[in-house]
Amino acid sequence: MDLFEYQGKQLFARYGIPVSAGAVAETVDEAVAAAERVGYPVVIKAQVQVGGRGKAGGVKVANNADEAREHAGNILGLDIKGHVVHRVWVEHASDIAEEYYASFTLDRAAKQYLGLLSAQGGVEIETVAEENPDALAKIEVDPVDGLSEAACRAWVEQAKLDPEATDGAVDILMKLYEAFVGADADLVEINPLILTPDGRVHALDAKVSLDDNARFRHPEWDEFTGLEKLDPREREAAERGLQYVGLDGDVGLIANGAGLAMATCDIVHEVGGQPANFLDIGGGASAQVMANALEVINNDPSVKSIFINIFGGITKGEEVANGIVQALAQVDIASPIVIRLDGTNAEQGREILKAHESDRLVSKPTMVEAARTAVALAQAASSASASVNKGN
Amino acid sequence: MSILVNADTKVIVQGLTGGQGKFYGLRNRAYGTKVVGGVSPKKAGTDVEGIPVFASVKDAVTETGATATMVIVPAPAAADAVLEAAEAGLALIVVVTEGIPMHDEATFYNRVKRDFSASRILGPNCPGLLTPGECNIGFIPAEVAKAGGPVGIVSRSGTLTYQALNELAEKGIGVTTCVGIGGDPVPGTSFIDCLELFEADPATKAVIMFGEIGGSAEEEAAAYIHAHMSKPVVSYIAGVTAPPGKKMGHAGAIISGSKGTAQAKMEVLEAAGVRVATNPTAAGELMAEVVAAL
Repeated sequence: MDLFEYQGKQLFARYGIPVSAGAVAETVDEAVAAAERVGYPVVIKAQVQVGGRGKAGGVKVANNADEAREHAGNILGLDIKGHVVHRVWVEHASDIAEEYYASFTLDRAAKQYLGLLSAQGGVEIETVAEENPDALAKIEVDPVDGLSEAACRAWVEQAKLDPEATDGAVDILMKLYEAFVGADADLVEINPLILTPDGRVHALDAKVSLDDNARFRHPEWDEFTGLEKLDPREREAAERGLQYVGLDGDVGLIANGAGLAMATCDIVHEVGGQPANFLDIGGGASAQVMANALEVINNDPSVKSIFINIFGGITKGEEVANGIVQALAQVDIASPIVIRLDGTNAEQGREILKAHESDRLVSKPTMVEAARTAVALAQAASSASASVNKGN
Repeated sequence: MSILVNADTKVIVQGLTGGQGKFYGLRNRAYGTKVVGGVSPKKAGTDVEGIPVFASVKDAVTETGATATMVIVPAPAAADAVLEAAEAGLALIVVVTEGIPMHDEATFYNRVKRDFSASRILGPNCPGLLTPGECNIGFIPAEVAKAGGPVGIVSRSGTLTYQALNELAEKGIGVTTCVGIGGDPVPGTSFIDCLELFEADPATKAVIMFGEIGGSAEEEAAAYIHAHMSKPVVSYIAGVTAPPGKKMGHAGAIISGSKGTAQAKMEVLEAAGVRVATNPTAAGELMAEVVAAL
């Protein structure tokens, strides 16, 4: 789960990381009121989960109420790379002497934590990594030992920040590490981390991605829910606990397991079709989960045929079959279904489906055959509707 | 011959008394796996259809001589279960539990590596491993698999592991061992670990490797193959059609910028001498050619 900047700052504040005083606003009036409270000059920042806000006009300085009103009005509702701005964060503007970059994440190859610190902040860190890799100071942290203050100090010195920033940076980085581990984050990033002219080190931005697997020990995360999702299909699927990614084609896909779901997209593409989505019902899915998945696919108007590709390991064939039968009874499935069922209890599942098979529910023995059939059905449906349109 | 497990491997199940643990523990035993015990502090002294339940992993090991375990406990209890298994000296800890927090995985992986180097973790969030006809630990539907080699299978995704077995079975090709390493951020056993074991196993003559988008595990495997593998490798990378920036189910399956794409991985693998297919069925066909030429 990715947090918005203001949520990330609230989280940082809980760990004692200095952030600017500010407030969230959803309307122009709220933004002006917030600006009056925190004191001019203020920075009004679009709250969207996409980079390049500044360039898109989503970050503006206001020196008085009129400017605050104008900027908030322009930013709220702005479309930044497909993300519509519903909220702004209004904070007191900081004087900046230096801009740095700091982050912690998992280094998958080393299987340890990786801290990155750079004296060149405020720009895309990928650019720094490519153009000037020496400007990036790295530290590997063993999760068992954690980060010692001595190691942290050596890391800061290696990054060649302004010497005046050293103590403040060490303090913030120790707290940032604490937040990374304690808050179960996959990523914590401050860009820019600033040094003010009066020698304070301060987090001017906050990027935090939380590990959804750790939700069971973080009841406080409930306050972060209601995050925007772009695609209404994705929102509906998320509400039903399904892993769904919307794509542009017309063959609706349901598979168990992320790898098989991706392979299903790949094979549909390869036999000349276009997948409408990626949908993983996960391991050990029940009949209800299967029925939910079918409903989500059925609600997508671009879907012309449905390909269910199940290789049961932990998922049981009879549960899958019962879910399909249940969904067929509950809702009017608009598109023909092609199913390929293999693995655990597949025989039982096929037996259950046999009684329901028709030209609307076709069973195929292999992934390739099922993909070809689903693509052919989608193409037939498209050309049929095209000729109907011509007739009109 | 095989890698990691064989007919003599004695296995305990941490979580045997839970619904999933019981289903798969019994299923593994029905396949012929020597499932010799379960662990549950509350139900010690009872049995699950004849499989004795012990209070601790240590007790189970002392009583049964087990060398492997399947950890199939809820995610919040997984870290403690793994460490208990390592402390009891088990050589192979197969963690099928999914949904374990990244920080837990990173911590127990490094702890086991440092303090219990005789133990190997497979997973978490993996389907387990299978030596056909001898031993099955985990979820792999083993019925279709043909025993005896000459092909070894290693796969990141669970269901694609089954798909690989299925493709080979349909072509009548046998398997030495099939390993699902799992798609979580900190896998205890990597592609390279498995490739190294297959390279050393005389019965394995070729290896099929199924990867997916995201991360760099396939690229690292390619470098290893280029430098160290004498046996032919066939590969498929899932996610050729995946859009950038979207998490495709697994935490790790995401294309970040231009990094982690299936195309990039396929190119690196091809350059390392691997025969790369564009879908699992095509990978099975390529492997049939490789086996015919052995």
